[in-house]
Amino acid sequence: MTDAPLLEVRDLSVSFPQGADEVRAVRGISYTVDQGEFLGIVGESGSGKSVSSMAIMGLLPRNAVVTGDVLLRGESLLGRDDRELSRLRGKEIAMIFQDPLSALTPVYTVGDQIAEGLMLHDRALSQQAASVRAVELLRVVGIPAPERRVKAFPHEFSGGMRQRVMIAIAIANDPDLIIADEPTTALDVTIQAQILEVLQQAKEMTGAAVVLITHDLGVVAGNADRIAVMYAGRLVETGSVDDVFSRPEMPYTIGLLRSVPNLVTAGRTRLVPLEGRPPSLSDLPPGCPFEPRCPISVPECTTAEPPLLVLGGGHSAACIRAPEIESGALQASDVFPRPEPVSLGSEIGSEQEPVLTIEGLVRHFPLTTGMVFKKQIGTVKAVDGIDLQVRAGEVLGLVGESGCGKSTTILEVLEMTRPQAGSIRIAGRDVADLSRSDRLSLRKDVQIVFQDPMAALDPRLTVGDIIGEPLTVHGDSKMERRRRVAELLDLVGLEHSMSSRYPHEFSGGQRQRIGIARALATNPRLLVLDEPVSALDVSIQAGVMNLLEDLKARLRLSYLFVAHDLAVVRQIADTVAVMYLGRIVETGDVGEVFARPHHPYTQALMSAVPIPDPEAERSRERILLDGDLPSPTDEISGCNFHGRCPLYKILDPSRQQQCVTEDPRLRMIDTTSAACHHVEQNTLQPL
Amino acid sequence: MILYGVRRFINYLVLTLLATVVGYVLASLVLNPAARFYGRNPRPSDAAIESSLRRLGVDPHKPLLERTWDWMSGIFLHGTFGLENNLDPVGHDMLVRSGVSLQLLLIGSVLGAVLGVTLGVWGAVRQYQLSDQVVTYASYVVLSTPVFVIGVLLMILATSFNGWAGQQVIQFTGQYTPGLSGTWNVLADRLSHLLLPTIALAALGAAEYSRYQRNAMLDVLSADYIRTARSKGRTRNSAMIRHGVRVALIPMSTYFAYSFGTLIAGSTFLELIFSWHGMGELALTSITQNDVNATAGSVFYLSILVLISSTLAEVLYAALDPRVRI
Ligand SMILES: Nc1ncnc2c1ncn2[C@@H]1O[C@H](COP(=O)(O)OP(=O)(O)OP(=O)(O)O)[C@@H](O)[C@H]1O
Ligand code: SF4
Ligand code: SF4
Ligand SMILES: [Mg+2]
Repeated sequence: MTDAPLLEVRDLSVSFPQGADEVRAVRGISYTVDQGEFLGIVGESGSGKSVSSMAIMGLLPRNAVVTGDVLLRGESLLGRDDRELSRLRGKEIAMIFQDPLSALTPVYTVGDQIAEGLMLHDRALSQQAASVRAVELLRVVGIPAPERRVKAFPHEFSGGMRQRVMIAIAIANDPDLIIADEPTTALDVTIQAQILEVLQQAKEMTGAAVVLITHDLGVVAGNADRIAVMYAGRLVETGSVDDVFSRPEMPYTIGLLRSVPNLVTAGRTRLVPLEGRPPSLSDLPPGCPFEPRCPISVPECTTAEPPLLVLGGGHSAACIRAPEIESGALQASDVFPRPEPVSLGSEIGSEQEPVLTIEGLVRHFPLTTGMVFKKQIGTVKAVDGIDLQVRAGEVLGLVGESGCGKSTTILEVLEMTRPQAGSIRIAGRDVADLSRSDRLSLRKDVQIVFQDPMAALDPRLTVGDIIGEPLTVHGDSKMERRRRVAELLDLVGLEHSMSSRYPHEFSGGQRQRIGIARALATNPRLLVLDEPVSALDVSIQAGVMNLLEDLKARLRLSYLFVAHDLAVVRQIADTVAVMYLGRIVETGDVGEVFARPHHPYTQALMSAVPIPDPEAERSRERILLDGDLPSPTDEISGCNFHGRCPLYKILDPSRQQQCVTEDPRLRMIDTTSAACHHVEQNTLQPL
Repeated sequence: MILYGVRRFINYLVLTLLATVVGYVLASLVLNPAARFYGRNPRPSDAAIESSLRRLGVDPHKPLLERTWDWMSGIFLHGTFGLENNLDPVGHDMLVRSGVSLQLLLIGSVLGAVLGVTLGVWGAVRQYQLSDQVVTYASYVVLSTPVFVIGVLLMILATSFNGWAGQQVIQFTGQYTPGLSGTWNVLADRLSHLLLPTIALAALGAAEYSRYQRNAMLDVLSADYIRTARSKGRTRNSAMIRHGVRVALIPMSTYFAYSFGTLIAGSTFLELIFSWHGMGELALTSITQNDVNATAGSVFYLSILVLISSTLAEVLYAALDPRVRI
């Protein structure tokens, strides 16, 4: 064996012919991965992360034109045919994909799918031996009762469990390199933390090198040794994780790092927006691809694309001003200065009637089987008696894993009808006794912004019509509407001229602004924001978050802000409510709750959030949760968290008994409330 | 699984009975059994007409409900379907004829399905290559040509082939040549008679199934699990066959049931063209001859076929897709 690196990518380019044009998805990237190394590749959507790694595996569609070279231990892979590559795939290089729900064949058992990988590379292996090994592998990746579970079909597994199966398949043949393409993007943070842990274990067990592709800087900070930043099909910065996070040298990386909310620092400083969007890959300008968004560009930037320059300490950046940044002549804060904080009075009105008051809200869904004769086989307690309050000018952040009842809660609020139990008061009026016309006029006061900006906007309407639509419902004149649309576009930072254009002409961030403008059209008092930034690239998120902060202050709006991203909630919310299985388990002032979480679930949730700071990540001790969210139909006695509770495990039996038999109620602890019997005994250290 | 099949079967059985009742009622309303006597010369007396109608159980003076009841109870109590115009029992005729028809239908549809699935997979794997395009055009041509044209074309080809060979290698009238002896001779003769109608029916089925299968395949070709299978170490083709075809077959089981109707219609015409005395012939002639019992019997036969094919399709679906298994 030579001392060539494990993997060497040399000037790799991939393009897809499209009619007369071509999409140049990857443009001359080079990097190496050493034995046992952990490389993180980050970049926003469409930057070529997936395409470049698929090129290594030889898994691109046949119309892809690939040039350059890929060497595995010094031997070239490009130009080998499918049959030769298939002998390497799964044996030397394994891959884990983003969407675990669709990555497994639905008609074969998970055991068979693991065994298949084993038998493909070891013809002598018997079916029986392969299944025994499959059980073992399932155990390694932490699937409970693997002997029974090998016979399960993929649809019987949750997303997190399927991703564990994918990892089991990947490590089955002891590969030297594992490429993981956004392995946790589709998962909840608590499950993400579990999966990353399993991936780390797998790496240790097999000694494999890992290339982790992600858009989450926090995930890279906590796991990788080295990082490579991609932009518009190019590598723009590479180096050790510590170097790049503490001394980024390419303006894009600087912007990216300053734009992400950080669980630790969020809420104290404003986010730095990175406006604009990446260039189209079929029509690239000649110069630096980041030039249109770069605040420190100089005229030379447009003439030629800067190459990846090696600076000190194995750190490289593709920017003609990188030497100035390295020397300290240009500071990160000069490149992307923080915007001024909003100074307008935004104190929360405690004197008035709250905008929204929810008391004891219950929403249960009967679960039935049978098509003709329905039979109730259980109840889904989507919302199971919650209290919430949003005061004027206040932002309430509602957080929790998917399936915990966040969406049902906001649907109940928007519905404005008598709930199954409990009450909803909007602006002091109980929705249960509203007349039809009252309800219509109250609807003006509560508007919603959805998660997916593209799906929420009708593609056949112009932006002006979309924004003006709520006004027609409430019967305004045409002139009045036009004036209002212009005003609203102004408010969300879009040009007036954009009102005649169609949604598809806009970037994700702009579309979300359009959605916000539409929500504001009726002058609401309360905006319900359902994951408003989670579909956006991090660089775009910051702009939208800042806009929301500004609007709140200027219009004295109240938000019910639903999100799974704790850092985003920390950034914008005044109070926070943590939801678990239809209940609020902890609530209070956002600063207090984040600084001193009392409920073990809140603690686990926070400790699962990756922090984009390698040093902070290394010093963290994670509180991992066991397993998945229980099925919503399960009847759980006592505290509904006891099956996964990290505190429960370390309690003495008599206290455990209380957890299992007695349902904890929310109670005040210091300045916040938590629903746990044993807060006083809680010795877990989050963060 | 068995329970599931039984449940679906009962479900369809109810539908079959309903269809049969509706079939009888419609046949009684639309057909006029007395009409065939009017053209006779000398025209029989009204009393004579009435008495022969009464014998057939289609007496117009009896309320329709009662006639339907009588006919249905005949099926359930005695397993009879009434008499044909020529006083042969319908049930017996059906038994003989359905044997003839099923021979053609079963061989034709199974061949068609196998061929169609294979061609569909092959076309999808080589999407837009020459072979795919040839298959695509060929199947469109078959689908847009009326089946009797296909039959006649095959006959013309066979005639010239026979002419070239100098003897009747391919037979294309009837199901067999009367008066042959010897097992092998009879068998060879039967096969030779089967050849053309089976080719026609299988071509029809293959053309239809190959379209469905190709589309179902294209849907799964870009699926993530194909990529996973390749990343495990399968080649493109083997991933497609082991994982793709298996998943793409799931929707096909439904298509089999749907397109079975087309095949029954096709085989009806083929029976006429190739002078087979099958159920198709019975259905067509009974309508033209205003024979209510035979028409209703044909409807019963059809709905039984649909019953069986639908139940099979459902069972197949459940067998192929673990997600619907109970
Ligand atoms: N088969 C294809 N044909 C044409 N263009 C393609 C094809 N596959 C990918 N592309 C284009 O290549 C570019 C890079 O895509 P890639 O999937 O590598 O991005 P990514 O960095 O992985 O993004 P994400 O974070 O969204 O996964 C995109 O512009 C994409 O539209
Ligand atoms: S090369 Fe110019 S435009 Fe590109 S990042 Fe550097 S300074 Fe900005
Ligand atoms: S009550 Fe018990 S199980 Fe529930 S959160 Fe507290 S310690 Fe955990
Ligand atoms: Mg990708």
